[in-house]
Amino acid sequence: MNFLLSITPFPVISALLWIVLVVTALYFARPTAHKTIRAMSLALHRTFRVASKAVIQAEYSLAARNRDVLLAAGREAKERIVEREFDRVNETVRRDLASFSALHRALNESINGIEKDHQDAVDVPPDPPGWVKAVEAVANIDSREGRVGIGNVLSDIHKSLIKAHKEAMTAYRKASGERHALLRRMRPDWRKIQQTLSQVGKDVDSLLSRSAAIDRHMQEYEDMVSGKDRAISILSSSSLMYFFVSGLVLAIAIGGATVNFSLIARPMAEMVGGTSLIGGFRTADIAALVIILVEISMGLFLMESLRITRLFPVIGALPDKTRVRMVWITFFLLFMLASVEAGLAYMREVLLQDELATSALLRGDVTQVLSGQYLWITTAAQMGMGFILPFALTFVAIPLETFVHSLRTVVGLLMIGLLRMLSIVLRLIGNACRYLGALTEQLYDLPLFIPLWLEERNGSARPGSGDSRTSEVTS
Amino acid sequence: MKMILTRIVFLSLLAACSRSTPVNNGVYMLLDTSGTYRQELQKAEQIIRYTLSHLDATDSFAVARIDTGSFSEKDIVAKASFDDRPSTINRQKRMFAEKIGAFVDSVQSSPYTDITGGLLQAIEYLNEKETQNKTILIFSDMKEDLQDGYLRDIDFDLNGFDVIALNVTKLRSDNIDPREYLLRLTQWQSRVEKSGGHWRVVNDLDGLEGILQGQ
Repeated sequence: MNFLLSITPFPVISALLWIVLVVTALYFARPTAHKTIRAMSLALHRTFRVASKAVIQAEYSLAARNRDVLLAAGREAKERIVEREFDRVNETVRRDLASFSALHRALNESINGIEKDHQDAVDVPPDPPGWVKAVEAVANIDSREGRVGIGNVLSDIHKSLIKAHKEAMTAYRKASGERHALLRRMRPDWRKIQQTLSQVGKDVDSLLSRSAAIDRHMQEYEDMVSGKDRAISILSSSSLMYFFVSGLVLAIAIGGATVNFSLIARPMAEMVGGTSLIGGFRTADIAALVIILVEISMGLFLMESLRITRLFPVIGALPDKTRVRMVWITFFLLFMLASVEAGLAYMREVLLQDELATSALLRGDVTQVLSGQYLWITTAAQMGMGFILPFALTFVAIPLETFVHSLRTVVGLLMIGLLRMLSIVLRLIGNACRYLGALTEQLYDLPLFIPLWLEERNGSARPGSGDSRTSEVTS
Repeated sequence: MKMILTRIVFLSLLAACSRSTPVNNGVYMLLDTSGTYRQELQKAEQIIRYTLSHLDATDSFAVARIDTGSFSEKDIVAKASFDDRPSTINRQKRMFAEKIGAFVDSVQSSPYTDITGGLLQAIEYLNEKETQNKTILIFSDMKEDLQDGYLRDIDFDLNGFDVIALNVTKLRSDNIDPREYLLRLTQWQSRVEKSGGHWRVVNDLDGLEGILQGQ
């Protein structure tokens, strides 16, 4: 510093001289400096803009991929629903139409029976008495031929008529009774036909409602296939909801697994020892954890084999016979593990009591005698939990599947948001660089205000020269 | 390159899966049964129970009496190396406590006090057990009284040992001249520390927490 101020005997003059020199140098270097600053700011601005565009492009790609994933997941889910609906329709058709021939036969039999009964029940008019002609013949007998004995004949005829009438009436009543009996016998057939037809009606209604549901699902499926925004929006919101709900259920399941772990970790020390460590963790704890994880795995396989979940397509694609065999094997293993857990839970209680008794003895607390009166309740509860929890954990497969599927979408959405933010930040930085360049130019000009002022004055004296400078600055 | 990577992965897995055991304790307790100190053994039983309750799997514990010649396995009243199964540990502890109870009820006074012999026996026992932490508890007034002919002017190797004198009662002569008591303790301290051990005195039996290493 002293050196700078000692170029003349007077420091002030030295300083002034330096200022003049620096200002002059800055003034002459001004156009180059401005160009450099502008080039740098522009380069930075463009770089950040390009980066921002690249990020936007990545965001679009990710959004497109997410959209594809979402649509694929939605299509798959919809296919499953439609497939299930068709299964139900198939089941209904199989159940109801399989018995249709029997139904048809029953209806035919009923109708034939009714027809026959109807035929039988036709009202046959009683035969007209065959005596009228006889009476006519008697009446036509000439008086000359003598009507002696006619009275007797008529009397006999009368008697015969009355008798015939009685017989006819009896026969008629009998026939009417039989007809009524036949008509009465038709009533159950009518009811049967009515019931059968109403059942058929219900089945048809069920099929119709199922077909309406299938139509609705097919419409939604078509929307997904054509990639309509509405379908995307519905799928996206559903995915978010599934993510949170399945996450909540998984958190509950983790709580259950933790309880399960605490039930079996202590007694596991009896099996594998309580002191050995693997990788810094107690072997007993690791063994207990492995048992729980194996149970969860078995549960997953069971659910896969039952085709409730579809995390492993290989299992779903197995032949039915193998799949059913797998169901039984996984269920058997799960049952055995649950039984082992129940045993361990019992052992835990025994160990706990043993430990309490030993502690009491060592403390010299002889008054603390174990009262086993209600001990069985906690023991039974622990055993029950030990047995039930593995089966309960089996159902983790369902929320896990949903969580895994929705996680892809949610992570995609988060990444899209992140990329969008990044692109905005990059663009802002790019713009900031540009304006900082302009600001730096102005700051550069600040110490050169005297020569610039002089230049401006000189320039204004010469018309046309000021415009070029102004345009240079503003460009 | 592939071979090296495979080896690294294999060794990492091996290291992660290597079985190791946690730090275990070895405790050897010497009980002075000489003269009037025998009356203090009820307190010793209390300490033994406390120690038992704080020991765990793979720990070793032995209680031996100090009598005329204590450098002998015959003076070990009870000893146990705890199993790593909880139920067995509980059983061992109960049996240990029963043995000590029976000993305290039936113990006879010894005419001499061979603390050095007991210490040698303790060092031998704990070294044999190879426990990480080694603690010797001496329940005594620390007044050694050897029978004629017993040579106990021997150097110990107490490297890594904690030697804790418990309930060091004052003798009648100590009351007359407290320097005797202080000198006695100082002599034992220097003897232990010269041998590489760590010396402590705990007279307040209500403050037994932390008498074992690693606790």
